[in-house]
Amino acid sequence: MEASISIKNLSLSFGALDVLKDLNLDVGRGEFLVLLGSSGCGKSTLLNCIAGLLDVSGGQIFIGGRNVTWEEPSKRGIGMVFQSYALYPQMTVAGNLSFGLKNARVPKPEIEERVARAAKILQIEPLLKRKPAALSGGQRQRAAIGRALVRDADVFLFDEPLSNLDAKLRADLRVEIKQLHQKLSNTMIYVTHDQIEAMTLADRIAIMRGGRILQLASPKEIYNRPASKYVAEFIGSPTMNFFEGEIISGDGLRFVSGGHAFPLEDYAFLDSTFQPAPAWFGIRPEHMVAGDPADTAPVRLQGRVELVEPLGSDTLARVKVDGHLLWVRLDGQASVFPGDDIQVGFDPARANLFDKTTEDRL
Amino acid sequence: MTKTPHLLKNSLKYRAEAGAAGGDVSLRLAEVPSEAARVENGPAGRKPRKVLSRRNIIVYGTLIVVCLYYLLPLYVMIVTSLKGMPEIRIGNIFSPPLEVTFQPWVKAWAEACTGLNCDGLSRGFFNSVRILIPSVILSIVIASVNGYALANWRFKGADTFFTILIVGAFIPYQVMLYPLVIMLREIGLYGSLTGLVIVHTIFGMPILTLLFRNYFASVPQELFKAARVDGAGFWRIYFRIMVPMSLPIFVVAMILQVTGIWNDFLFGVVYTKPDLYPMTVQLNNIVNSTQGVKEYNVNMAATILTGLVPLTVYFISGKLFVRGIAAGAVKG
Ligand SMILES: Nc1ncnc2c1ncn2[C@@H]1O[C@H](COP(=O)(O)OP(=O)(O)OP(=O)(O)O)[C@@H](O)[C@H]1O
Ligand SMILES: [Mg+2]
Repeated sequence: MEASISIKNLSLSFGALDVLKDLNLDVGRGEFLVLLGSSGCGKSTLLNCIAGLLDVSGGQIFIGGRNVTWEEPSKRGIGMVFQSYALYPQMTVAGNLSFGLKNARVPKPEIEERVARAAKILQIEPLLKRKPAALSGGQRQRAAIGRALVRDADVFLFDEPLSNLDAKLRADLRVEIKQLHQKLSNTMIYVTHDQIEAMTLADRIAIMRGGRILQLASPKEIYNRPASKYVAEFIGSPTMNFFEGEIISGDGLRFVSGGHAFPLEDYAFLDSTFQPAPAWFGIRPEHMVAGDPADTAPVRLQGRVELVEPLGSDTLARVKVDGHLLWVRLDGQASVFPGDDIQVGFDPARANLFDKTTEDRL
Repeated sequence: MTKTPHLLKNSLKYRAEAGAAGGDVSLRLAEVPSEAARVENGPAGRKPRKVLSRRNIIVYGTLIVVCLYYLLPLYVMIVTSLKGMPEIRIGNIFSPPLEVTFQPWVKAWAEACTGLNCDGLSRGFFNSVRILIPSVILSIVIASVNGYALANWRFKGADTFFTILIVGAFIPYQVMLYPLVIMLREIGLYGSLTGLVIVHTIFGMPILTLLFRNYFASVPQELFKAARVDGAGFWRIYFRIMVPMSLPIFVVAMILQVTGIWNDFLFGVVYTKPDLYPMTVQLNNIVNSTQGVKEYNVNMAATILTGLVPLTVYFISGKLFVRGIAAGAVKG
């Protein structure tokens, strides 16, 4: 894959605070990359570095094969959409869209044509004469996307563009952004807190923590094979269930925790010459079964339901098993009640094992 | 629960009545109990307020006393300025004029004598205008660009510069008075209006820069970033984005400067010559001139005339001023 954005050994510090540390990232042409991470991990900072809004302390940034490390933001061929929309309050929507083009001294007929095209794509034509204050949240965000769109940029940068919107609108605009990407097929880097946005939009997700990228992979890979315990906990809601214990050999590899032993014959270790060691055993709530289906599961546990959260499409149950609290995702129609004794089961092949000390995947 | 029997009784009664009326539907509809019928005894609707509560007496009482305190001198001034000297000599300063005369006003404006000349306040007025307009414009323009640069373009040494500026605001005027005289003399501007304009601009700088910096710093950073991505430079962002959304703070700065510079006395005396004295100095010289009798009516008229400019500014921009201060809370 040809690289559209290439970040080499990027570091950035605010005074004594190192926010980005020796960060490397390659984004392919036309790829939709989502940066996901908890608050303060440096996602916005990375995006601002790519946009040229922050001076980097070290390393290089290439966009479209060109070294833009010292370039002005407007010369980098990017369009950016901000969380707070950042529409110029004193200009109409049309004025907002054309401001950048006027600055670039684009001829007037071409400005009009580009604004009209962007407005058509985003369906904001009736709003062009209005000021931002007279728009709803969703319309404002569309106008802000339009401002990036008219620039005909190769790279779009989104910094949490939907997080100020209500859930319904967020879902609608999410779909629109995905369609926009399919139509324009330019490179997009998208920062979000929202797992669903990340999973649905991304070609690849970069999970960040403390200014580093922990894992860069497709949503499926991140979900199924998280590279570390942090990633495993971060993705998925409710979060993955963990057992603390030890992997022992003899009679095949087994994970033992408390009085339980889970056979690991079917588990795909990263390193086939694995040596027994203390470990974390993680299993997602949706990979657990309860009631009759649990009878056939390779591992079966007895527990008591403590809490039930009916979500309509499915039901979440918190089950207490020997002092462990496990989340189990059940069918939406399941009738379980707090206090019920229940059998839960799972297949260790779908589990995730992490080293006890490094917390890396085994 | 107490309301159920009552409702029941009501509805029973309606049915009886409806039957008596021969089941007329429209009549029955008209008699369906309205919401009001559901209201029980006890507090309901708007809470009544006593007009003569203790709180009201204290609040309005205080306000009236304060108003009198401020308005009484003004009343005395206006009344006195409309009297002739014989009437003033009678000595009752509160009585309204028996014979209204505008002569004192004319005299104050055009004929009153200082120790040096006899063309009244008019000379000072035009001097003041010639000082005021360039000083206000110059100081606001420079301070707003300063504040913008400090808030948004964190250039090297910005913090040091800002600290120096703020410290400057706390240095007493008296310390700088004489050094400035020397400096102005060296560049040949001592005693000229230009010199005074420069002095006003310098002394307005710390507080105005602080005002603008804080306002611009409260403008969302993302707006500024968006403009940079859109390829706007220093001046384009300033003129096209920052200034249009900062009208309120410009009005606030203008009011501060107009009243401050118009009311200035010290710099006017120190840095100009007698024929260039601003209105305040001229007023002082008229009121304190020792020739002849004290013309209280002329003095009063002169004082009111001098205060008229700030007063007008307050009246015209008062609304904008309040809006400007409140606008800080409104997001773009
Ligand atoms: N101008 C600044 N000066 C000093 N530190 C800063 C500055 N901007 C950001 N930081 C610090 O850098 C770190 C990363 O900030 P950043 O805004 O990139 O986080 P983020 O991942 O975008 O978080 P969020 O999801 O909350 O937006 C934070 O610890 C923040 O406190
Ligand atoms: Mg952020």
